[in-house]
Amino acid sequence: MLLAAQLAPWSSPTLDYHALAPEMVLAGTVVIILIADLFLPERQKWATSTIAGLGLLATLVPILTLAVNGQDRVMFGGGYVVDNFSLVLKTVFILAGYIVILLSTTYVEEGDYYQGEYYFLLLTSVLGMVMMSSSRDLVSIFVALELLSIPAYMLAAWRKRDVKSNEAGVKYLLLGVFASAVMLYGMSLFYGIAGTTLLTGISSSIAKAGNAPIISLAIVFIAVGFAFKVSAVPFHTWAPDTYEGAPTPVTAFLSVASKAAGFVALLTLLYVGFPSATDVYQPMFWVLSALTMTVGNVLALRQTNIVRMLAYSSISQGGFILMPLAVAGEPLARADALRAVITYIIVYAATNLGAFAVVLAVARKTRSGEISSYDGLFSYAPGLATVMTIFLASLAGVPPLGGWIAKFGVFNAVLSAGTTAGAVLAVIGAVNSVIAFGYYGRVMRAMWMSDAPDGDTSPIRVPQSLFLALGLTTAATLLIGIVPQVVLRYGDLGSFTGALGR
Amino acid sequence: MLYLTDSAKNWLLPVGVFLPAVGIVVLMVIPKAEEQLIKVAALLTALATLAIGIVTVASFDYDRAGTLQFFVSHSWIDAIRSRFIMGCDGMSLPLYILTMVITLLVIIYSWNHIPDPGNPKAFFILILVLQIGMAGTFVAQDLILFFVFFEVVLLPMYFMIGVWGGDNRRYASLKFFLFTLFGSAFMLLGFIALFFKSGAATAPGGNFSIQYLMAHSGTIAHTTALVIFGGMFLGFAIKVPMIPLHTWLPDAHTEAPTQGSVLLAAILLKLGTYGFIRIAIPILPEAAKSWAPWIAALAVAGIIYGALCCLAQSDMKRLIAFSSVAHMGFVMLGISTLTTFGFNAAIFGMVAHGLITGMLFFVAGSVKERYHTLQISRLSGLLKQAPRLGWILGYCAMASLGLPGLAGFWGEFPAILSAYNPVEGLSEPLFRTYMIIAAVGTVLAAAYLLWLYQRTAFGEPSPEFANPGHIHDVELPEWIAWTPLLVAILVFGLFPNLIFSVTNPAVKIALQAYR
Repeated sequence: MLLAAQLAPWSSPTLDYHALAPEMVLAGTVVIILIADLFLPERQKWATSTIAGLGLLATLVPILTLAVNGQDRVMFGGGYVVDNFSLVLKTVFILAGYIVILLSTTYVEEGDYYQGEYYFLLLTSVLGMVMMSSSRDLVSIFVALELLSIPAYMLAAWRKRDVKSNEAGVKYLLLGVFASAVMLYGMSLFYGIAGTTLLTGISSSIAKAGNAPIISLAIVFIAVGFAFKVSAVPFHTWAPDTYEGAPTPVTAFLSVASKAAGFVALLTLLYVGFPSATDVYQPMFWVLSALTMTVGNVLALRQTNIVRMLAYSSISQGGFILMPLAVAGEPLARADALRAVITYIIVYAATNLGAFAVVLAVARKTRSGEISSYDGLFSYAPGLATVMTIFLASLAGVPPLGGWIAKFGVFNAVLSAGTTAGAVLAVIGAVNSVIAFGYYGRVMRAMWMSDAPDGDTSPIRVPQSLFLALGLTTAATLLIGIVPQVVLRYGDLGSFTGALGR
Repeated sequence: MLYLTDSAKNWLLPVGVFLPAVGIVVLMVIPKAEEQLIKVAALLTALATLAIGIVTVASFDYDRAGTLQFFVSHSWIDAIRSRFIMGCDGMSLPLYILTMVITLLVIIYSWNHIPDPGNPKAFFILILVLQIGMAGTFVAQDLILFFVFFEVVLLPMYFMIGVWGGDNRRYASLKFFLFTLFGSAFMLLGFIALFFKSGAATAPGGNFSIQYLMAHSGTIAHTTALVIFGGMFLGFAIKVPMIPLHTWLPDAHTEAPTQGSVLLAAILLKLGTYGFIRIAIPILPEAAKSWAPWIAALAVAGIIYGALCCLAQSDMKRLIAFSSVAHMGFVMLGISTLTTFGFNAAIFGMVAHGLITGMLFFVAGSVKERYHTLQISRLSGLLKQAPRLGWILGYCAMASLGLPGLAGFWGEFPAILSAYNPVEGLSEPLFRTYMIIAAVGTVLAAAYLLWLYQRTAFGEPSPEFANPGHIHDVELPEWIAWTPLLVAILVFGLFPNLIFSVTNPAVKIALQAYR
C-alpha cells in the first residue's frame, strides 16, 4: 500500500471553489486587515475591528449557500470534507469569533494594544477552527490545529508589559507545543500502520489489524494531545494561569472556541478515524471525563477570582462534554453521543461568551476580577446582574435556560448506551452538576444578596459592542433553553460524512 | 358547565400557565420607582391568570374528571422525543387552581408588606416566575416538560429567600437550592432511564409522555424499575420533604419572607407529592409496591419526628415549618397505601395543608411585623392586643390539628384510615402498626398547636409590648388576602366531596395497575 502511494503519478487535485469559499473569504479578510493596518493612521485603527467583524459575517454567506445546496463535497481524496456536520461547526466558530470581536473592540482600543495585529491573529485562529471542522486527514487536522493554536499563543501574551500575561503566553506555548509533539508521534505511528494519513484509511486498517498494542499506543498519544487542547484533567494545568493572565476577551476565545475546536477534532478522530477501537478509547474517556468534571468542580469552589473561577468551571464543563465520548462506541449510543457533544458545544459557547461579556462590562467599573467586586451588582446594575444570573444558571444547567438541554443531552447519551459504566458516569455527572452550583451560586449571592462595597452605586456604562454581545448571547441562551429543537436538529449522525466507515 | 369551543379549550392551559409571562414583561419595562404601578400590574396579572383558572374550573367536564381535559400536544423537542403536552384531570385541577389563588393572595398581601430591602419590581417578577413553574408542573403531561417546570421554581425561590429573607438567609437559600437540585438531578436520570428501558426511545411513536410510559413500562425488569423509582424518589422526597431529607425545610421556611413561606408551604411542597401520584407510582406500579413499606415508614417517622420537633421549638415560624413535615407525613402515608382511598386523602391533604399552613404563615408574618419577633416566650396576650388576629390564629390552629368540620380533618383522618387496608400485596399488620403510630401523631399535633396557641394568644400581653402603638389588628389588605382562605378552609371542611368527587375518577385511573 505504501509502495502504491509512492508510485502513483501526481496530478493536480480539482478544487471545489464553492466548498472552499468560507475559508477563502476568511483568508481574504485576514489579508485586508493586514493591509488596512499598514495604511490606517493610528486614530483610525479601530476600523480593523469593523473589517474583522464584517469579514466574519460575510463568511456566513457561502456557508449558507452551501447549506442550502445541501450536497456533501469531498476533496483531496477524502481529506477535506464539507458536509452538514462541518457547516454547523463552522457557523459556531464564526459566530463565536464574531462575539469575541464584539468583546474585544473597546477592550483592545482603550487598552492601547496593537489593534490590527490583534484582529489578524484572531481571525487566523478562527480560520484554523473552520478548517478543523472539515479535516478528515491526519495532516489537515494537524495543520488546522497549528493554525488555530499559534496565533492563540501570541494572543495570550498580548498584554506584553504585564508579567502575568507573559506567563500565560509562555505556559500555553510550552504545553501546547509539547502536546503537539506527543500527538505527532501518535500520528506517525498511525501512518506507519496504515500507510495513509486519511482517517477513513486508518479506520479500515484498524478494523483489519484488530487490537494490536501499537494501535492502542497511537490512539492514546493522539488523544492525550487533544486532552491538553481541551484542558482535560490531568492535562489541565496550563488553563487557569493562561486564562487569568491573558486579556479577558482572549480568555473567552480560548475557553470557548479553541476548546470547541479540540472537541471537534476528537469527534472526527473517534467517529471517522478509529470507530472500531472502542475498547481503547471508551475507558480512557470515561476516566478523563470523570476526573475532569470532578477536579474542575472542586478546584472551582475554592476560587476567589472570577476569571479563574470561570477557568475551572470551563474545565469542569469540558468534563461534561467528554462524557458522551465514553460511550461513543456503543451502537445504541453513537447517534445520541454525537448530538450531545455538538449541542453542548453550541450551548456552552453562547453561555460562556455571555458570562465573559458581563465580566468585561463589570471590570470597566470595578477594575477588579475578584468575585467580591460583584457585591451588590443587582442594586446598581440590575440588567447586568440579571443576565449574569441567566448565564451562570445556564452553566449550572437550570431550566429553562440553555444549559439544561446540554446537560440533558449528555445524560441522555450515556444512559442510552444501556451499560453499567454509562449509568455510573451519569451518576457522577449528576452529583457534579449539583456541586457546580456551589460556585455559580456564590457569584449570584454576591450580586443579589450583598451590599455594594463602599456604597458606590454609580451605574455601569456598557459600550455598544458589549451590549450587542450581551443581547445576542442572552437571546441564544434563552431561546435554546425554551425551544431546544433549534440546536438539537443539528448534530445528526447521518450528516457526518465518513463517520463509522460510511 | 361553561361551554367553550374546541380551539378555545386547546388554548386554555397554555394561556393559564404562561399568562404571568406577559405580566413579567410589563413589569420589566416599568421603572423601578413607580412602585404603585408595579403593584397594580402584578395584581392585574394575577387576577387575569385566576380568571383563566376560573374559566378552566367552569368548563371542566366533571363527569369525565378521570380523563385529561383541555389536552394539547405539540411537537417540542423532536430530537429527544419530548412533546409539549398539557392536560388537566381531577388530580391536577385542585392543585392547579390552588397555585393561582395562592399567588393572587400573596400579591394582595404584599400590597403593604414588601419585605426588606424593598424593590417590589424584582419581588413581583420572581413571584410571577414561580407561578409559571408551579402551575405548569401540575398540568404538564410530558416528563421533560414536567422537569422543566419543576426546576423553574428553583431560582426564584432561591432569590426570594436569599434577598428578602431573615438574618441567616444566605445559608438557608443555598441549602434549599442544593438539596432540591441534588434531588432533581437524580429524578432526571430516572426519567431518562425510564425512557430507554421502556423502549420509548426506539419504538415507533414512543415518547416521554406520562400516558405512553404508563402503558409501556411493564417490560422493565423489576430490579431496574426499583433503581429508577429510587432516582425519582430522591427528587420527589426531597421536595415533600420526607425525613431524613427534610433538613432544608425548617431553615428555608424560617428565613424566607412571609410570602416565600406561604408559597413554599402551600404549593412547592406539593410538587413532590404530586410527582409521586402522577408519575412515579402510576408509571412504575410494581416498583412502587416494593418501595411502599419504606415510604410509609419514613412518612410515619416524619409524623412523629415533626411533631416532637414542634414541641421543642421556641420560634413560631420554625414550629409551623416542622408541622409541615408532620402534615406531609400524613399525605405520604396516604400515598404509600397505594389505594384510591389513600390517594384521595393525600390530594385532599395537599390542598388542605396548602390552605391552612399557608394561612398560618401569613399570620406568623403579621405577628412578626407587629412584634418584630416570633419568639414564643416573648409573645402572649395576642387575643387582648389584636383579638381578630388572635382568633384567626386559633381558627387555623384548630384546622391544622384536624378538627372535624374544617379542611384539615379530611386530609388527616382518611389518610390514617387508609393505612388500615393497604393495597393487596402490602403487609396489613405493618400498615396497621403505621396507622396506630400516625394516630398518636394527631394527638401530638393537637398538643403542639394548642400549646402554641395557649402561649401566644392567652394571658396578658407581656410587659415588653404592654402598650406600644404599633400593635394593631388585622388590616384591609390582610382581610382581602385571608378571607378566601378562611372561607375555603370552612367550606372544604363542611363539603369535602367538592374535592373528593373531582379527584376520585382520576385517582382510579392512576391506580388502575392494581386492579
